[in-house]
Amino acid sequence: MSVQFSPEKLDKINELISHYPEGKHKSALIGVLHIAEEEFGWLSVNTMDYVASLLKLQPIEVYEVASFYSMFNLKPVGKYVFEVCQTGPCMLKGSDQIIDYIKQKLNIGVGETTEDGMFTLKTVECLGACGYAPMMQMGKFYKEHLTPERVDQIIEECRNNSARNN
Amino acid sequence: MSKKLLLDKINVPGIKTFEVYRREGGYQSVEKALKMQTGDIVEEVKKSGLRGRGGAGFPTGLKWSFLAKPEGVARYLVCNADESEPGTFKDRYLMEFIPHLLIEGMITSSFALGSNVSYIYIRGEYDWVADILQAALDEAKQNGFLGKNILGSGFDCEVYLYRGAGAYICGEETALLESLEGKRGLPRIKPPFPAVKGVWGCPTVVNNVETICAVVPIINEGGDAYAKIGVGKSTGTKLISACGNINKPGVYEIDMTISVEEFIYSDEYCGGIANGKRLKACIPGGSSVPILPANLLLKTAKGEPRLMNYESLADGGFITGSSMGSGGFIVLDEDQCVVRHTYTISRFYHHESCGQCSPCREGTGWLEKIFKKIETGKGEMKDIDLLWDVQRRIEGNTICPFGDAAAWPVAAAIRHFRDEFEWHVLNPEECLVRNFGLAHYADALEAVTS
Repeated sequence: MSVQFSPEKLDKINELISHYPEGKHKSALIGVLHIAEEEFGWLSVNTMDYVASLLKLQPIEVYEVASFYSMFNLKPVGKYVFEVCQTGPCMLKGSDQIIDYIKQKLNIGVGETTEDGMFTLKTVECLGACGYAPMMQMGKFYKEHLTPERVDQIIEECRNNSARNN
Repeated sequence: MSKKLLLDKINVPGIKTFEVYRREGGYQSVEKALKMQTGDIVEEVKKSGLRGRGGAGFPTGLKWSFLAKPEGVARYLVCNADESEPGTFKDRYLMEFIPHLLIEGMITSSFALGSNVSYIYIRGEYDWVADILQAALDEAKQNGFLGKNILGSGFDCEVYLYRGAGAYICGEETALLESLEGKRGLPRIKPPFPAVKGVWGCPTVVNNVETICAVVPIINEGGDAYAKIGVGKSTGTKLISACGNINKPGVYEIDMTISVEEFIYSDEYCGGIANGKRLKACIPGGSSVPILPANLLLKTAKGEPRLMNYESLADGGFITGSSMGSGGFIVLDEDQCVVRHTYTISRFYHHESCGQCSPCREGTGWLEKIFKKIETGKGEMKDIDLLWDVQRRIEGNTICPFGDAAAWPVAAAIRHFRDEFEWHVLNPEECLVRNFGLAHYADALEAVTS
């Protein structure tokens, strides 16, 4: 098996497992998949099999969970993933125009990654930031009150490796 | 100015830290509760009239009293922080800016329910909010409010965070419990209810973030004092997250006596419609509840001013009323297209359907497809009836309320804005570049009541 968590991540995983009663370690699965995404960027079949062996689960138990939750990437993604909300409240505030702008700026469609592997564009449904619309998620953080200028600025920050929260 | 119970300290510098929160009177409810009988705490919550703030509005004290207490079986409190209803961002506001309030509520409530291990199920996307909560949990533990023998009372309690991974359905309590067990979030058939068989088959109470936070002032000041705020069965205060085309989007704590008109136009709240536009319509309680045209929003069908509370928002049922729901208040101005807005809502439900029940899995897909057809100028008149027919076949025919939540917005949009749908069909090219104007719904009240 080619994938392996670092010792720090393994400690984190054992800590997670300790949150649940004896024998209920399956509850740690979603948390472990989050850690796997942090470590490997996306969930390959190899990674999911590794998680299954770690938690003493059948691989199918991991696949069915990983494929159900929209945050998990079952395909490789760019270094920065722009997940732009397109649900009602964001639509009212111009999310369609923001999506179009990003498409044109990065020359990619929704679900695609730039050739240099830097950016992936996705559309997502409501992220709970309706009062600060339009918005997108980028990694750990939310980018809110988006305008074309703000998008330019975020892209620039990513390229300079200085991206941060809001 | 409404009395504030949850947000009164939110602007105190450093309130995110244990030190400041404690200095401002935080964690007193824990000290008080630990000296009370657990049954008396439940009684106070019953007396307060507190209703679940997640959307269903079920009386919290009653829910707590249903919790089974079989000998030798662990009981669990799970906080539903999977806030995902479009238009709703109040729980995030509480957790992000005053995290200790939720933790205090969790400890007090855990004691009342006899839960020694409790969980906060937070939506996965609120990643940085989870970090804020974790830091607050660590502080609470360092200060003896979590862990073994809290404040020498003999009560042990741990609160753990559980991050979801992007599934609206996990806001439904049984789906949430499935997810907490490390599975797909597929709602369970009820009964048995979680109060009898919840997580890992053990008795479990699932409460919304705002509900658990409200337990703090209830214990501090007493259930009767809490019940005196508000009106009728809408006691206490409610957080409303306001968004859409208004001047001041944000989270507001209201006592439930103010009118919808005041909420929209007063500078204390939404500050009026943005850009000098006129109000067209509003979804007052999150995407699942019926949209109302301006006239029915501001006044009930009987012509009385509509108030921001459970009873008044629901006045007229789903024919001329709506619902308080989760308090996600979405405002549409005169330039907005109801068809397009409802299309995005239907797309949302299609995306989020767990796929377990056929009427919902298939029906939400149909709704999205037909909406897209109409919205892009390819619709026919019969499509409007088809939309109505499909939503009727989803409502009430699914395991969980998700199906209803997907059907209701569509029904209300057609009920109140049918002519806007027809205009799309009759003007296939124009509808791509222009929105249907305001004039049509002035007579809506007459049309629906006749």
